[in-house]
Amino acid sequence: MIVIEQLSKIFKTNHQEFKAVDNMSLKIEKGEIFGVIGYSGAGKSTFIRLINRLEEPTSGTVEIEGQNVTGLSKHDLRIKRQEIGMIFQHFNLLWSRTVEENIAFPLEIAGVSKGESAKRVQELIDLVGLTGKEKNYPSQLSGGQKQRVGIARALANNPKVLLCDEATSALDPETTDAILGLLVDINEKLGLTIILITHEMHVIQKICHNVAVMESGRIVEQGSVLDVFSYPKMPVTKKFVEQVMGKPDDELTDDLLLEHISDGHILKLQFVKETANQAIISEVAKKYEVDVNIIQGNIKQTQEGAYGSLYVQMTGELTAVEDALQFIRSTSVDVEVISHG
Amino acid sequence: MANLFPNINWMDLIFATGETLYMTLVALVGTLILGTILGLLIYLSAPGNLWDNKVIYSITAGVVNIFRAIPFIILIFLILPLTVFLFGTFRGPTAALPALILGSAPFYGRLVEIALREVDHGVIEAAKAMGAKSSTIIFKVLLKESLPALVSGLTVTAIALIGYTAVAGSIGAGGLGDYAYFYGFTRRNMDIVYICTLLIVIIVFVFQFIGDIVTKKIDKR
Ligand SMILES: Nc1ncnc2c1ncn2[C@@H]1O[C@H](COP(=O)(O)OP(=O)(O)OP(=O)(O)O)[C@@H](O)[C@H]1O
Ligand SMILES: [Mg+2]
Repeated sequence: MIVIEQLSKIFKTNHQEFKAVDNMSLKIEKGEIFGVIGYSGAGKSTFIRLINRLEEPTSGTVEIEGQNVTGLSKHDLRIKRQEIGMIFQHFNLLWSRTVEENIAFPLEIAGVSKGESAKRVQELIDLVGLTGKEKNYPSQLSGGQKQRVGIARALANNPKVLLCDEATSALDPETTDAILGLLVDINEKLGLTIILITHEMHVIQKICHNVAVMESGRIVEQGSVLDVFSYPKMPVTKKFVEQVMGKPDDELTDDLLLEHISDGHILKLQFVKETANQAIISEVAKKYEVDVNIIQGNIKQTQEGAYGSLYVQMTGELTAVEDALQFIRSTSVDVEVISHG
Repeated sequence: MANLFPNINWMDLIFATGETLYMTLVALVGTLILGTILGLLIYLSAPGNLWDNKVIYSITAGVVNIFRAIPFIILIFLILPLTVFLFGTFRGPTAALPALILGSAPFYGRLVEIALREVDHGVIEAAKAMGAKSSTIIFKVLLKESLPALVSGLTVTAIALIGYTAVAGSIGAGGLGDYAYFYGFTRRNMDIVYICTLLIVIIVFVFQFIGDIVTKKIDKR
């Protein structure tokens, strides 16, 4: 577990002081993927760099698995850093070293023997899917492959924590998905705690369990990804949710719906933490004498299940429709009747 | 050959070439060591860098700037007492070495500093995040990553050094400059001046050629 208490960082430039991180407190459970999202300048990078003290905190403490990182001497900090992997937006590979030499670098630093290191490097290359690229130089790799080297390098010393600063921001959407998939894979396989910084909500939606929203150096909202997505409170959070869900007014208004569809009931189904949402439509259609026609929907998958809403048109005998509604209400899906034909 | 260059004593010429190469190469080694240390000190002690230290930075940067401002011919005279103290004379190629090294090391030091500044800050950061010691960062990241620039800087310095040896030759350091000046120019034997020029140009080209090949070979960017 990582416990962060009242962490602050003040930058002093000439005569001005700037609070980049302002009294942040957080608890991150072992083995979870924790996302921190915020706009540019919110202080995300500063925050993550405070965790391994690439930036020295002005005040506050960071505790990783019971050990107070902020109190460590220079020497002890270097040892501790070998247990904290880090990956970067621009990969930060050594261009003068091949893929395998790059991955071996942290092992050299930790004083691992040559033979053992070679074995470990091969394992890691296989794990991140770079088999065959061992002898390539970074300049001969694509962005996604470079980030795989970055991940392998970060995992070399079997860290307990992996820090990711905008790890996918320099990649195209497809490569982003592949790298995010790899991170989930590693998280599940190795039970690694991952702290991930991003300004893209879909990254949070796809792989994080919990999320904190940052603004002006402070956490303005936090909770499980599903909760924050379903019930965003702060304006920033709402804006981030809109990044993936679209604006509420992008959806057809109820009036518009009614204009186009005149018969049957129009229902709005709201899915929250519903894992079997796919089945409910077919179940209703099978069990009851009704026809269900999907009008529009917007459903996203998160690590904890799906959420979003679905507009359907239901036609059939009134009693059958009533029964079907009764059934839907008995599940965890919220239903709202917008019109009855 | 004898008609074309009537005044040349070929044994003397070969000896002078050897002296020039000797001065250049030994001074280059000294320059490499001293210049790298100076360049590292300036870079590391610069604001925001690994050993951020105003005092060391001001002193090293100041010394480098002063020495680079002094014209080489004047530097030779300035350090004449030191040379005489060290070698008992200021004549001969070995006595020229202190002046050559002091003249070119600050120049190379600047080139080293510029090369180090080109190393991506993110890579240094990544090494720190892995728990690297300062020595690891210096030798395995800074110097290794900037190696192509260091080598091409050394090539430029070597060529400047060849020029310096010729200047030193005019006060009796030996080498091709010395030969061209005393046996050629002062005795109106222009054929000696021409052949010495030709040889110096060839030496410069060879250095440049080797430098380019090595730079190209190690540059994996
Ligand atoms: N070394 C520094 N000195 C002074 N100010 C700094 C320093 N580093 C960061 N800041 C300031 O702190 C604020 C937060 O910076 P930070 O890099 O943490 O933002 P971020 O959320 O990571 O933004 P981005 O998404 O653009 O990476 C910015 O306003 C920045 O100007
Ligand atoms: Mg950032």
